[in-house]
Amino acid sequence: MSLLAEKTQRPGLAPHTDSGATMVPDKSRAERTRSYDVADFPMPSGREEGWRFTPVDRLRALLRDEPSGTSLEWSESLPAGVRLGTMSVADWRASGAPAPGDRAAAIAASQSGGVAVIDIPEDAELSEPVRIALSGEAGDLVHGHLMLRAGRFSKATVVLTHTGRASYSEVLTIVVGDGADLTVVSVQEWDDTAIHLGQHDVIVGRDARVKHIAVTLGGGIVRLNTNASYTGPGGSFEGYGVYFADAGQHQEHRLFVDHAVPHCRSNVEYKGALQGHDARTVWVGDVLIRAAAEGTDTYELNRNLLLTDGARADSIPNLEIETGEIAGAGHASATGRFDDQQLFYLMARGIPEAEARRLVVRGFFAAVVSKIGVPEIIGHLMAAIDAELQGSAGGDAQ
Amino acid sequence: MSTLEIRDLHVSITSDDVEKEILRGVNLTIKSGQTHAIMGPNGSGKSTLAYAIAGHPKYHVTRGTITLDGADVLAMSVDERARAGLFLAMQYPVEVPGVTVSNFLRTAKTAIDGEAPKLRTWVKDIKGAMANLRMDPVFAERGVNEGFSGGEKKRHEILQLELLRPRFAVLDETDSGLDVDALRVVSEGVNRAQEADDTGILLITHYTRILRYIKPEFVHVMVDGVIVEEGGPELADRLENEGYDRFVTAEV
Repeated sequence: MSLLAEKTQRPGLAPHTDSGATMVPDKSRAERTRSYDVADFPMPSGREEGWRFTPVDRLRALLRDEPSGTSLEWSESLPAGVRLGTMSVADWRASGAPAPGDRAAAIAASQSGGVAVIDIPEDAELSEPVRIALSGEAGDLVHGHLMLRAGRFSKATVVLTHTGRASYSEVLTIVVGDGADLTVVSVQEWDDTAIHLGQHDVIVGRDARVKHIAVTLGGGIVRLNTNASYTGPGGSFEGYGVYFADAGQHQEHRLFVDHAVPHCRSNVEYKGALQGHDARTVWVGDVLIRAAAEGTDTYELNRNLLLTDGARADSIPNLEIETGEIAGAGHASATGRFDDQQLFYLMARGIPEAEARRLVVRGFFAAVVSKIGVPEIIGHLMAAIDAELQGSAGGDAQ
Repeated sequence: MSTLEIRDLHVSITSDDVEKEILRGVNLTIKSGQTHAIMGPNGSGKSTLAYAIAGHPKYHVTRGTITLDGADVLAMSVDERARAGLFLAMQYPVEVPGVTVSNFLRTAKTAIDGEAPKLRTWVKDIKGAMANLRMDPVFAERGVNEGFSGGEKKRHEILQLELLRPRFAVLDETDSGLDVDALRVVSEGVNRAQEADDTGILLITHYTRILRYIKPEFVHVMVDGVIVEEGGPELADRLENEGYDRFVTAEV
C-alpha cells in the first residue's frame, strides 16, 4: 500500500490524469482543504482538481476577497412557527458549521457580514413549504450566507428559488436534528448572464432523513458543491438533481458524501439534458466511506442526454472505501445521445416529431422527478423542460 | 376498400460511406382485407421493405413509388404515414424508458384519430385488448418496452395494432423468438384486428410456422431484393418442405 502511494507520487509513473499535467491528485477526498480562512485558498488557476472543469477566468469578481455591500432581494413565506433571524459569522463558525471547501465559499462566508438563519422548531410538522425567493439585479455582486436548522423530529420542506442576473456566491449550512425529515429544494432559474457559486453543507442527525434537490435550468455559470455528513447512525441523505443546459450555459454539480458514522445511507441521482453549442455540464459525485462507517449503504447515479451536437457533459463518480463491512456501495454514470430509434418508434405510431421528442425527454427525467416528491416543483419543472424543448425547436428553424 | 401499391421500388442504405442497393425493383399490391406473406432467406431485403414503407430515415428510396389509395406515401413523414393508416409491427421494438405504455398508447391514439379517445371506453378498450393478448395489466404502467421480454414486446406491438386500427399493417418477423403459445396469442390478435377493420396485412417472415395461424391468400418469395416467385398458400407449403435452397442456389 505505502509502496503504491509512493510510486504514484513520482512523475512519469503517475496514472493518467486527463489533461491537467501539472495537477497533483488528492490521495483521498478527505484531504481536500477545508478552512474558514480565505488565505488557505490561493487564487485558482483552473488546473486544480476542484476547479479543472470550471471557467475560472469568468469568476474573478467572486474570487476577489473584498466586501460587496449588496444583497439579493428576499421574499419569504414562512409557515407558522418558522423563524427567520440572523447570526454573526463568528457564531456561525463557533457552531461547528462545516468550513468552506474552496476560495469562493471562504470569501462568501467571511465577507457576508452575517448569516440569515431559518429555524424550524422541534416536532413541527409543516403542511406548507417554507419558501425563500431570492433575486438579483444586473451588476450585483453578492455574498450570501444562510443557515437552515431543522429541529428534532420536525418535518418540513424548504424551497429556495434564485432568479435575476446577479453574480452570487453563497454558503448554505443545513443542520438537521435527530429524527427530523427535511426536504430542501434549490431552484436555479437565473437569467443567462447570472453566475452562481454555492456550497451547501448538509449535516444529517441521528435517524434523520434529508432530501436535497438541485434544479438548475438558468444561469450563465452555476456551480453547486453539495456536501453531506452524518452526526449519528441511521441517517439518510438523498441528493437528487435535474439540470438542463442550453447553448453557452455551464452547469456544474459536485457532491461529496462523507460517511464517517456507521449505518447511514446515501443515494445520489442526477440527470441532465444538454442542447446547443457549448452547452456544458459537469457532475462529480464523491463518496467516502471511512473505516468507522460500517454498515454504510450508498449509491450514486448520473445520466446525461445530449440532444444536439456541440454540447459536452462530464460525469465523474468517485467511490473511496476504507472498510469492507458495508451494506452496499455502487455508482453508475452514462452519457448518451438522443436516440433516433426512439424517435422513429414513436413517430411510426403517428406521434409528431416535436411531441415525440418531448415524450422521450420527459421519460428520461421521469424516474428522478418522481423522487422529488414536491408537487409544485414537479409541475413547474416539467413545464420548464417543455419550454426548453420548444425553445430549441424555434432555434432549429432559424 | 383501400389499396397499398408498391411499384418498382429501389431502396439503398449507406453503410461505411458506401451506398448499397438492397431492394432492386419490388412490385406489390395489397387491398383491404387481404393477407400477403413475404418470405425469403436472411438478407433478402424483407425488413428493408418494411422500413421503407414506414419511412425509416436510414433507408433511401432511389426509384419507384409507394401509394396509398393514390396518395404519395414517400412524400409523407414517418408520423404522417402512420396517420394515413400504415402500421409497422417491428422486429425489434425500441425501449423508451420513463414513458408509460398507457401514456404512449393514449398519445398515439390521439395523434392518429385527431382527438383524444373518450376516457371511459378507452380504458375499457385497453383492458380488453391486453386481456385478449394475455398481457398483465401492470404493463400499462411500465415504461414502453422497458425490460420487456422478446415475447412481451411482440404482444405490445400487436396491442398497438388492435388499438390504433390501421388500414394496412406490416408485420416484420413478428413470429421470431416466440414460443408456440405466444405465437398463437399474437396471431389471434392479428386475425382479430383484420376481422374488426378489414385491415390489409403484409406478413414478413422467414419461417412458415406462423402461417398455420395467419392464413395468407398470397405468398411472395423475395431473394436478393426482388420478388422471384409468387403464388397462393400452396407456395408456402412448398417452402415448408423444400426451404429456400432452390432460390439461393439458382442465384449462384
